[in-house]
Amino acid sequence: MELRTTNICMKNFKSRLPDVTFYSRESEAACGPRGSVVGFSGSVSEKMLSGLHYPGCPEARLRSLREKLPCREVQAGTLLAIMGEPEQYCYPSIFIYGHRATGKSHVILTLLKELELPHAAVSCVECVSAGLLFEQTLLALFGADSAALLPRLPSLSDFVRVYRQVCAQQPAKQTRYIVLERAELLRDMEANLLPGLLRLQELVDDNVAVILLSEIVWDKFRPNTGCFEPLLLHFPDYTKAELLQILSLDSNPSYTPELYSSYINILLGVFYSVCRDLRELRHLAALNFSKFCEPLEKGEAKEGNTHKLWRNIEPHLKRAMQTVYLREVSSVQWGQQQMDEKEATALRGLSALAHVELPYYSKFLLIAAYLASYNPARTDRRFFVKHHGKMKKTSFLKKHEKTSNHLLGPKPFPLDRLLAIFYSVVDSRVAPTASVFSQISSLVTLQLLTQVGHDDQLDTPKYKCAVSLDFILAISRTVSFDIVRYLYDFI
Amino acid sequence: MSKRKSREAHLAVGDCVAQVQRILRERFCHQRLPDRPVGLESQYKHLLELLRRTAVHGESNSVLIVGPRGAGKTMLLRCALRELLELQEVKQNVLQVHLSGLLQTDDRIALKEITRQLHLENVVGDKVFGSFAENLVFLLEALKRGDKSSSRPVFFILEEFDLFAHHKNQTLLYNLLDVSQSAQAPVAVVGLTCRLDVLELLEKRVKSRFSHRQIHLLSCMSFCQYLDAFRSELALPDDFPDSKFSQEWNLNVSELCEEKSVQEILQKHFNSCKDFRSLHLLLLLALTRVSVSNPTLRAVDILEASRMSSADSKANILHGLSVLELCLIIAMKHLNDIYEGEPFNFQMVHNEFKKFIQRKSHSIHNFEKPVVIKAFEHLLQLELIRPVDGGVCKVQREYQLMRLMLDHTQVMEALQRYPQCPTDVKQWAISAFG
Repeated sequence: MELRTTNICMKNFKSRLPDVTFYSRESEAACGPRGSVVGFSGSVSEKMLSGLHYPGCPEARLRSLREKLPCREVQAGTLLAIMGEPEQYCYPSIFIYGHRATGKSHVILTLLKELELPHAAVSCVECVSAGLLFEQTLLALFGADSAALLPRLPSLSDFVRVYRQVCAQQPAKQTRYIVLERAELLRDMEANLLPGLLRLQELVDDNVAVILLSEIVWDKFRPNTGCFEPLLLHFPDYTKAELLQILSLDSNPSYTPELYSSYINILLGVFYSVCRDLRELRHLAALNFSKFCEPLEKGEAKEGNTHKLWRNIEPHLKRAMQTVYLREVSSVQWGQQQMDEKEATALRGLSALAHVELPYYSKFLLIAAYLASYNPARTDRRFFVKHHGKMKKTSFLKKHEKTSNHLLGPKPFPLDRLLAIFYSVVDSRVAPTASVFSQISSLVTLQLLTQVGHDDQLDTPKYKCAVSLDFILAISRTVSFDIVRYLYDFI
Repeated sequence: MSKRKSREAHLAVGDCVAQVQRILRERFCHQRLPDRPVGLESQYKHLLELLRRTAVHGESNSVLIVGPRGAGKTMLLRCALRELLELQEVKQNVLQVHLSGLLQTDDRIALKEITRQLHLENVVGDKVFGSFAENLVFLLEALKRGDKSSSRPVFFILEEFDLFAHHKNQTLLYNLLDVSQSAQAPVAVVGLTCRLDVLELLEKRVKSRFSHRQIHLLSCMSFCQYLDAFRSELALPDDFPDSKFSQEWNLNVSELCEEKSVQEILQKHFNSCKDFRSLHLLLLLALTRVSVSNPTLRAVDILEASRMSSADSKANILHGLSVLELCLIIAMKHLNDIYEGEPFNFQMVHNEFKKFIQRKSHSIHNFEKPVVIKAFEHLLQLELIRPVDGGVCKVQREYQLMRLMLDHTQVMEALQRYPQCPTDVKQWAISAFG
């Protein structure tokens, strides 16, 4: 009987095709003039309709679903088809992968919530131990009583036992879904957890499906003795047109949607080649919109004058890429700065604060460490011995050693060499007191030096210098030491 | 009148499709047992005889079922148990203990599970046992005492047998096999594993107690048999409610088998792997495309399903990268070509990228170094590049040595498929100096 009604529903649905709107009116209007998404209500929508149908679900709910999942109709349709009707079996494990912010968890959770299917959504970031994961799963699927049945520090065996026990009391009428977000973290937990979850349906003998979501491809997950292979599903990235369409959805009510979508277009023009993350772009769009509207509010330009608006916003957006995109400046600071109409560069970012105040000898120790790390040991005589005798420039600079040390990174050096260079660069006589040695080890704890090979603490430890060229230049300037003259790469 | 009639027919189709989905999904997803194992007759007979001897005559046995994943080890065992339990005397007499190496990760958990499955929790109670073996012997003793005249045989079924061999001292295996060799209680130890070298994992004393009976399930299916399997997996059973629909469906499936394009796809699948599980996955994907509006399986559906199941996931991920990230990958590819697979760090990649920008920077403007670092870190997060020493050594992130986890051809193919790829980037990828 139920089937009959749904079929009629489907029929009605199809006959009413032309007047179904998918998005709010603003958004469609916004997409219209762009040209890339014209023809939207024609053949495309028909395909989408055929993609998203679910037996036993009223038409109104399906429509609201479609509205909530812009540009993901195909994926949602495939997922629904794989999931099947609630009482039918679903494939034991589904692995969904795709880039960040391509709507993986959004689509699956919206589907499960809207269709009111029993499910448990667990983020593996939160689960530091497998026990937490089991507890949350049971809690969501069967309620608080079942989670209390788990012993302290439960193993997978306990989980399966409790699951079977509770499941015998409440047998499944519908497929139960366990959604695990950021599933790549499962690899770092116990070795039996991932293969166990993949064949959970077989182990608990219930109609349950495990859905794993991850950014990383399945090939990096496979254990070395193999496992039950999940069904792989890819969520493709949004195209530029789709990004435009989605970002245009949250337009500002006080301006026309056309203006907002032209703003998004400019934003994408600047950022698209660097960033395709929807969340990041959305954040940037929200941050910079007030600046875009500035000329309109002042009355300098009209809405139609896109060129002027573009001239106003473009350098601003480029500056945003160097500051707020890299989190050099926080979004609050960035917003405030726009209010005060200060120059954007006036604000010093996080990386400008990297200057560290150090004691005098520590500075020289760090300089010596830098020289020891980036100069080959055989050039020490040339740099630091006063009367080093004849040393031909041609033999000193061998041609085949053209690759710069600043490209290869710091080399490790022994403590003796560090001290030798230190004594030669520091002018006054310094006694090798305990304080000099303790300064070296405190430089290690400050992570300005790193110790290489932890096998030998006392006898000839080796170090690497872990600071950048800019940092060491600033340090040597404070003690008026010209470090560039002593660097092999710059001779 | 006629209108109503047509609607009735249509409804029947919807009903039928739901039935088809239900039956086939249970077959593909839930691994429902077939009536008889296909193509494994001799192995089946061997196993059945062995288990029957334990159940009926009280003979202790041990056997290993070895075969690759998806070869039907569990199916074979379950079929044998099902047939055995149909005998009335066996059904009342035999006890089963199912253990899995995935769940029982150490011997304590395994022992607790055995106690539970033999319904002996109340007997063991709070008693504390000195050793593991004592506990096990007690379990079996208790089992013996539970019955009136003679002891009841127990089937121990150990799935993922190779994982049990990793337990400390292999105590559980030793004791189980020891019981099967010496003590009176009749037990059958059946191990299921996918490792061919599983005997090498066993300790000498454990190995000497094992009977060295192995049942190998190595698939020796020909393509013809694969086609038959395809047909029989998709076929509807005789007790399908609508006989007309099921006849049509089965006829349609037979026709599909004859079709050239379908055979080509199946041949491709057969060449890559011939286990049932991958076939099930393919068929399920095809089945999801069957609906009321499209009640029969078409060749297009199979084609689409095969395309979905054989997509290259790394290519998919590469498709979604930004232009900057793609440029970095090309730079890494060049470094790999020049230095013959030596690891690289960010500084080198950036250097290579800068060289490209300086030569011709029409399409891409000059990015700041921190922006490039962010792109590089995104690649690291996607595990397209991997630190050489696993990130143990603490150096600055610019100098961490990395390796590219992509093939030369993968990069080039991704470049071909990349939407709106700038031409100069493409040319740069083809020649390092172009």
